[in-house]
Amino acid sequence: MTKGHDKVLAFRGLTKRFGGVVALDHFDMEVDEGQIMGLIGPNGSGKTTSFNVLTGIYEATGGTIEFLGQDITNWTAQKVCEAGVARTFQRSRLCVELSIFDNIMIGNHQNLNHGLMYNIFQRKALKRDLQESFEQAKELMAIFNPPLAGRMMEPVRNFGMIDRRRIEICRALISHPRLLLLDEPSAGMTEDETRQLMDDILVVRDKIKGLSIILVEHEMGMIERVTDRCVVLNFGQKICEGAYREVASDKLVQEAYLGVE
Amino acid sequence: MDTSKDMLIGLVAIVLGSIFTITFIAIESETGIIGLIALSGAAVVLASRTGISERISNAFSSNESMMNSAVLVAVLVIIFWFREDHFSLLMIATVMLYLTACLGLNIQLGYTGVVNFSGAAFFGIGCYTAAVLNQNTGLSPLIVLVIGGIMAALIGSILILPMLRTRGHYAAVVTIAFAILFKTFLEVNDTLGGAQGLKVPGMEILGWDFNSNIEIGDEIELSFYLNYVAIALVLSVLAFILMRRVERSWIGLNLDAVRLDETVAACFGISIKRWKVTAFTMGNFLIGMSGAVFAMMLGFIAPSNFAFSDSLMLLSIVLLGGMGSPWGTVVAAGLVILLPEKLQVIQEYRFLLFAVVVILILVFKPQGLLPRGLRAYIPGWRG
Repeated sequence: MTKGHDKVLAFRGLTKRFGGVVALDHFDMEVDEGQIMGLIGPNGSGKTTSFNVLTGIYEATGGTIEFLGQDITNWTAQKVCEAGVARTFQRSRLCVELSIFDNIMIGNHQNLNHGLMYNIFQRKALKRDLQESFEQAKELMAIFNPPLAGRMMEPVRNFGMIDRRRIEICRALISHPRLLLLDEPSAGMTEDETRQLMDDILVVRDKIKGLSIILVEHEMGMIERVTDRCVVLNFGQKICEGAYREVASDKLVQEAYLGVE
Repeated sequence: MDTSKDMLIGLVAIVLGSIFTITFIAIESETGIIGLIALSGAAVVLASRTGISERISNAFSSNESMMNSAVLVAVLVIIFWFREDHFSLLMIATVMLYLTACLGLNIQLGYTGVVNFSGAAFFGIGCYTAAVLNQNTGLSPLIVLVIGGIMAALIGSILILPMLRTRGHYAAVVTIAFAILFKTFLEVNDTLGGAQGLKVPGMEILGWDFNSNIEIGDEIELSFYLNYVAIALVLSVLAFILMRRVERSWIGLNLDAVRLDETVAACFGISIKRWKVTAFTMGNFLIGMSGAVFAMMLGFIAPSNFAFSDSLMLLSIVLLGGMGSPWGTVVAAGLVILLPEKLQVIQEYRFLLFAVVVILILVFKPQGLLPRGLRAYIPGWRG
């Protein structure tokens, strides 16, 4: 426990091997409540792998993951999600032929009634339910971008990269997670869009108290402005941890990024 | 103001469509049929060029229950027109039963992305269930047809087990294997009649014999196929409503999520297995029920009715109409069943022809004849 904050997530000796390749090598990391943690490192250093192991897409080879005091190592994706972890994906993975509302409701899965009888025969109750969910989704979307909130029934393919990112973040936030994983949210964006996105992330932090965020990012300006703390990975190993300034001036980190002469 | 005009255009289209369908079914000469096809092709092109087809679809989306009832009335008129004509009624009932089966297939493939290459096998399970039960028990045919559906769903739920352990093409291969296995099994199984097939006693409900003509007074004698048309119509309407309601609910959203991105679906807590099993079972139930009625109507079934090529024909209806589009399935079922019956020239080449049509559709109009729109949840709902 640091500074009296509650610990939300802890990796202990987390290891992931793909055959002979060690993607994560005894990785230790702790994230506190309300903290924004930056996860940086060169390509292939294991950042996204750690997300995939955490969310149950990959199975860990060794080590443990603790979330809100529970051991969630190797839980299925479904159970991890129900425990309160939501994520976005490296290349935006929205269902582009579905509407904004549909996409956000996919994120709201655990709060909806999926009974066969309810969905097919109790249409009146479903209609009320629908109206409520719609207002809720619209409200959340309006925090990011009011114009988008007015276009909830349009297919996602009509929107550009930055808006898709916003929709993706809404999809992750609608279920009130305790931990949000953002995987390279600025990928494929212009500088201006990246700046808007940073503002969005700060809005999220201010509006949703107690939400912890782990941010994987190559855009160092973003890491500097948004994160409270950073972890640097190289070849699956943690080589440095601290506030961005300390990390950026670390010799090992500079070597990892720029190489050694 | 515009919507009422759209609705008028939509109603006129339905009237023209039913006149066209009646002429199409009634006409005997093959040149006449070819002429009609050319005419309808021209009409469709004209309607889409002038924006009329868009207005028709507007009419359907803004005033759905009204337009749907209008179509139902049109269908009733068509049926009434052919009330004495055995062969035409048989064709109409066949279209409706295949439509029911294809709506089931569409829940599997169109919504959930579960490819089922053994549609004809599940249809056959319904047929054989009806044959065996009608021969050996005195169960009411209405119960028999429900059991036909349940049998198809049950056998499907065994088949889904290996399918869940595989992904994409491999799951499809499992269903191909089952389709071939099913037909071979029937051919060598003597209790089920072997390659010669089985006789199926017709339906009889509360002393009402479905297989004798309906006589009202001395003058009017209606074809006994009218009974089966009525049952087939009820089935297809119920299947249509079911498919619509499934789509317009949280279930439909889950099915779409499973089809479009399994990883994302799992990451948000959607159970891939649960929804694949639900869709597969629901679809097979519909396919099995329509099979049971089909068997009782024909009175005779044989393994050759349930070949792999028949499964492909069912799938081609789904592709042609448009994945996940119930109206598209209606149109495509009509085309695929009626065309070879009316144009005997193409009868022998029909599989070749359907293959070409499917390829053309996939290349030029992958969303099908009547593409599925966005999920509306509730007709006319705009949030």
